[in-house]
Amino acid sequence: MRGRPLSVLWLQSGGCGGCTMSLLCAESPDLATLFETAGIRLLWHPSLSEETGEEVLALFDRILAGDEPLDVLCVEGALLRGPNGSGRFHLLAGTGRPTIAWARDLAAVAGTVVAVGSCAAYGGITAGGENIADACGLQYEGSRPGGALGREFRARGAMPVVNVAGCPTHPNWVTETLMLIADGALSAGDLDAFQRPRFYADHLVHHGCPRNEYYEYKASAEKPSDLGCLMENLGCLGTQAHADCNTRLWNGEGSCTRGGYACINCTAPGFEEPGHPFQQTPKFAGIPIGLPTDMPKAWFVALASLAKAATPERVRRNAAADRIVVPPTIRPTRKG
Amino acid sequence: MSDGQQDKRRLIVGPFNRVEGDLEVRLEVSGGTVSAAYVNSPLFRGFERILEGREPLDALVVAPRICGICSVSQSHAAALALAGAAGVAAPRNGILAANLMAATENIADHLTHFHLFFMPDFARAGYASRPWFARTEARFKAAQGRAVRGAMAARAELFHVLGILGGKWPHTLTIQPGGVTRAVDARDRVRLLATVGAFRRFLEDSLFGAPLDHVGRLETPEDLARWRESGPEGDFRLFLEIAEDLDLAHLGRAYGRFLSYGAYPQAEGGHLYRRGTVVDGQDAPLDTDAIVEHHRFSRMAGQDRPHPPFAGSTVPDGSDEDGYSWCKAPRLGGLPYETGAIARQLVDGQPLVRALVAEDGGSVRSRVVARLLELARTTRAMEGWLRAIDPSGPWYARADLPEKAMAAGLTEAARGALGHWIRIEGGRIAGYQIIAPTTWNFSPRDIDGVPGPLEQALVGAPVLDGERTPLSVQHIVRSFDPCMVCTVH
Repeated sequence: MRGRPLSVLWLQSGGCGGCTMSLLCAESPDLATLFETAGIRLLWHPSLSEETGEEVLALFDRILAGDEPLDVLCVEGALLRGPNGSGRFHLLAGTGRPTIAWARDLAAVAGTVVAVGSCAAYGGITAGGENIADACGLQYEGSRPGGALGREFRARGAMPVVNVAGCPTHPNWVTETLMLIADGALSAGDLDAFQRPRFYADHLVHHGCPRNEYYEYKASAEKPSDLGCLMENLGCLGTQAHADCNTRLWNGEGSCTRGGYACINCTAPGFEEPGHPFQQTPKFAGIPIGLPTDMPKAWFVALASLAKAATPERVRRNAAADRIVVPPTIRPTRKG
Repeated sequence: MSDGQQDKRRLIVGPFNRVEGDLEVRLEVSGGTVSAAYVNSPLFRGFERILEGREPLDALVVAPRICGICSVSQSHAAALALAGAAGVAAPRNGILAANLMAATENIADHLTHFHLFFMPDFARAGYASRPWFARTEARFKAAQGRAVRGAMAARAELFHVLGILGGKWPHTLTIQPGGVTRAVDARDRVRLLATVGAFRRFLEDSLFGAPLDHVGRLETPEDLARWRESGPEGDFRLFLEIAEDLDLAHLGRAYGRFLSYGAYPQAEGGHLYRRGTVVDGQDAPLDTDAIVEHHRFSRMAGQDRPHPPFAGSTVPDGSDEDGYSWCKAPRLGGLPYETGAIARQLVDGQPLVRALVAEDGGSVRSRVVARLLELARTTRAMEGWLRAIDPSGPWYARADLPEKAMAAGLTEAARGALGHWIRIEGGRIAGYQIIAPTTWNFSPRDIDGVPGPLEQALVGAPVLDGERTPLSVQHIVRSFDPCMVCTVH
């Protein structure tokens, strides 16, 4: 047990800052209260802390000299190696030194290293297209181990990088990861094959999706704003995406599919290049190419055609409307 | 005492935190004031290139991820550009829902800026002797102050608007060229009214200490002075007291040129806050064809000529020693312009902002006052839009994108004018150029060597003996509410 709060340093590099913005949406309790009660102390965070300029650099020096213990290094944003391996696409302001070099030095002295968001984990959107910034994650380049710190990296506490993937991350994926670390309750076995915390990555976005009845009958949305299942036509990857978005919910009562649009599998390495337009389902002979996770293709085809044939009129009509046009039949209770 | 020459020194300020993204400011100081400033955006990601070659609608996924704090604005600009390319107009409900989402983000950003980014500087030990220090420290100490914590809680609740309308924040895909993907029913509408109402109550209790309509009636500098002297207790009044004591009305003056693309399109045409420019107090229409970007001091190819956005290019040159920023230099009619809440309210004719700018130009005080006035006005407007929603009406109109098109999507993020210029060829994105608000405000020098607005605003800022990260510079920089991740995209 530590006799002091868990110390956390937060760096940002090739990202949008959206994971921090999302983190500030933490509720019940709010972020400041959560940190206090969980014994988490931010040594410095680019958006939240008072210190700027030389005060920050002095802190980095103290950490690297071992005078200020660093329990957790959080990195948000991809690490940029370009141009030509120089890292000069992101020099840490005021230092003239590539941020990727700072991240490597600080990671070497950190108890645990946490990649916050898919950019820091795998490269993410910053590595999209031709990846001219030569962006990568801390320990992955897309789905290949390696990245800025290398496949063999282990933090002082013996863990590989903890990839809190998501674009953005849910505030509680981050806070719960930090709380588990503070509690000494997160080990390598609690991470999945892409080093994501299993507490949220062992679920599928499909779980708890309010469009499940439409999914069951393959009653599909044809255009944005339709209520039907988004998988067949509009690109939804919720049946394959590892996250608990529809049971945890976002900003009160939201999720992507509740917002009426496709899950784009943003917790997965390489989500930024799906190989098809994000909002269109690729098909072969009329059948979606991406099948639901763990479902044999023959069964999917058989069940889908049976389900389509069995679709109730209510479900069929509502699927192509932006509001419920046919309510469910009210069945009398036994008591009457 | 040393003379100016002996005094002359250079400072490099960074990492510059409590701004969104990464910023470095190089200062030349002589005689105790800044004599020249060079603003550097030290991060390059290349979003314009990430967008090239994709299906046009993919811009709705990629563009918001430019920025986690202006995400909805980026999404809105992309949707407007695509709508222009498709020649489609969203139905009235779709326009209202998009405005509600954009406004939520913008007022949340104004709130975040004031409480988390700007005010904590006045709770620094350097001001311990000021009469307002103890109160400011209690309210605004970074990440701890009571007002900071209250604002974070109010902000998190306000974002429930995006939870309902947008599925989540940031990075929603709800806003489409033909409207929105999620209809709002009567129940959603009253729930949203409750959420916005609770936010209004926070502003009235904590920030202003008065009903928002009273804030909206501030019209003259005398009204403002009265509020400072005897107005309701609240953090707005505390700011006015600090601004008076530190003379923030005379700190950070840039050029007298302001532009706004117009914020919150109305179904009937026009905007809630008008489109246009104000140059030295004179209104003028905005000619978007006169917008170009210069690369002269950007680390980008094409330094010898101006680049109109439809023909723009983004070819980074990491070996360039002349360029000192990844940011390009946008110019309107060849000149730098300031953008942001101050420009929006000025162009829209808000009387108090007009009067303050007429007296002292854009300054730390007038930028912050304009932002807070707008926070009150926009919150009230949101309640009106919610009442105007027709749950029985349509939300989305089919949008088919042509094989070939050019269109611009112009909107206003919290920080000012945001434009996307898309060129579609063969059904794919052939060119995509983005000019973000802070690209305007924090631009480097242009082809004529003329400094960008912040570079100009920093000239004359006082630097105290021994200061390496001058407080005055921090106030000026943060008064613009910069978003560096948007700037360099």
